[in-house]
Amino acid sequence: MEDKKITVFCGHYGSGKTNVAINYAFDLKKRHENVSILDLDIVNPYFRTKDSEKDFNEKGIELICSSYAASNLDIPALPSEMYAPFCRKDNYSVLDIGGDDRGAVALGRFSELIKKSGDYSMLFVVNFYRPLTQTAEEALGVMREIENACSLSFTGIVNNSNVGVQTNKEYIEQTFSHVQKLCELSSLPLVMTTVRDDLSKQFGDIENVFPLTLQKTILGG
Amino acid sequence: MTEKVLMKGNEAIAEAAILAGCRYYFGYPITPQTEVAAYMAKRMPKIGGVFLQAESEVAAINMVYGVSSAGKRVMTSSSSPGISLKSEGLSYLAGSDLPALVVNVQRGGPGLGGIQPSQSDYFQATKGGGHGDYKMIVLAPASVQEMASLTVKGFDLADKYRMTSMILADGTMGQMMEPVSLEKVEATVCEKPWAVTGTKGERKHNIVNSLSLVPEELERLNFARFERYKKVQENEVMYESFMMDDAEICVVAFGIAARVSKNAIVEARKKGVKVGMIRPITLWPFPKKALLDAAEKAHTFISVELSMGQMIEDIELAIKCKRPVMLCNRVGGMIPSPNMVLEAIEKADKGGRK
Repeated sequence: MEDKKITVFCGHYGSGKTNVAINYAFDLKKRHENVSILDLDIVNPYFRTKDSEKDFNEKGIELICSSYAASNLDIPALPSEMYAPFCRKDNYSVLDIGGDDRGAVALGRFSELIKKSGDYSMLFVVNFYRPLTQTAEEALGVMREIENACSLSFTGIVNNSNVGVQTNKEYIEQTFSHVQKLCELSSLPLVMTTVRDDLSKQFGDIENVFPLTLQKTILGG
Repeated sequence: MTEKVLMKGNEAIAEAAILAGCRYYFGYPITPQTEVAAYMAKRMPKIGGVFLQAESEVAAINMVYGVSSAGKRVMTSSSSPGISLKSEGLSYLAGSDLPALVVNVQRGGPGLGGIQPSQSDYFQATKGGGHGDYKMIVLAPASVQEMASLTVKGFDLADKYRMTSMILADGTMGQMMEPVSLEKVEATVCEKPWAVTGTKGERKHNIVNSLSLVPEELERLNFARFERYKKVQENEVMYESFMMDDAEICVVAFGIAARVSKNAIVEARKKGVKVGMIRPITLWPFPKKALLDAAEKAHTFISVELSMGQMIEDIELAIKCKRPVMLCNRVGGMIPSPNMVLEAIEKADKGGRK
């Protein structure tokens, strides 16, 4: 997919937005000097972009998040620095949005600025193995709820279907028909199929496969 | 399409409750269990159920009391500080012999504590919490799959014995995602002739009440209740035995602590240490006999807990203090590492050979 100045990742709660956004920011950094990642999650105090802060510092990616993020202080807040990337001309920004329509409310605050930039993509991250988005129709319902909450329309779909550590090629392939149907129902393109890095080589024949390095968790998986 | 769904523990509890026939949820949000309420808020209206965010935990538990009196499967969920608020209601449920499912996704305490995982509500769950002589069936899941299966089991047991079942999970269990197969989930239906459903002029009216002003009568009720508790102790103990056949060291752990311990035990076995684990799945009734039997072969017990040492007392009682019980613990939201448990096992191994 073509690099945009602003790339927004939204989706159902627990669909894998943060992991996808982080990996996408690292990928952008290979091609562009100034890359920022913005954590707009106001829903979940755990599993945050900030957990990868060390990696961002090493790679020279700017992290903009609430000073409360990953602090265990359960306060949904966004800092004023969030506006900075929208004021810069040579900056590539990745926006990681909280889950569902409730999370997308925070994005609404920036929707006018994003529309004005004219150079953005807003991607729907979907995992068809998650409850409440197991069919194309259910996923479409969540898409519409998010669009209504943030006053922005999606421009593409990211298929991030997985069952965690047990994921294999078959699990991912089983979702191809669902994602195709979602693309038809929404008239949007499939821009990425995200696959855990060790599995990605098995998908050489598929277009737009994007390998993911996952954030570390307590149990290592 | 899918036989497997990738779920958070909290979501698995909510979906399993729906599969078990629960159509009434009353709660109040608190981290780290809020997904239970969020999931119910999305699902219940679509299936003709009730989701209600009460004005407080106290209100929610009393709504549970009301629905349970009418004979319907009902639940509430919270995390540690919220369970303290519900404790009065738990005592009233017990005093009225009402079945209910209550979920505690524990966080660090006491007081407001923190939002990271803990197991320090063990005493509160197994020894009361509310006032009076009563017990709850306390179930301790150690995987997202068990969050689902024990929720269904909890409803079944609650109905069967007219008791409260508590799912005693922790923040890790609530937040972690694992693949779950919900096809394995199957609930039983229980007749409730005692429920207050209206006599229609056809029968004597039922009374659900916890007030008994005649001491002889109140004493009789207490003894009768404990007869029922005795049956639960005889019939419903659940535990997992892991590598215990030749174990000289017995680790006892539940929930997240058991998962960490399993890794440590596998490592210790590679080093030739004869160690195994008894993982209580029911914390009440506690697997006393399994532990007493283990004390025949094991020279040392290790209680791995996310508390200052609560279950350790039940282990000592169960084995009648025949063997030393070491404590391996982290608190405040911290989790023992497999290495820390491994060190405890090695220490026990050296101590035992002296």
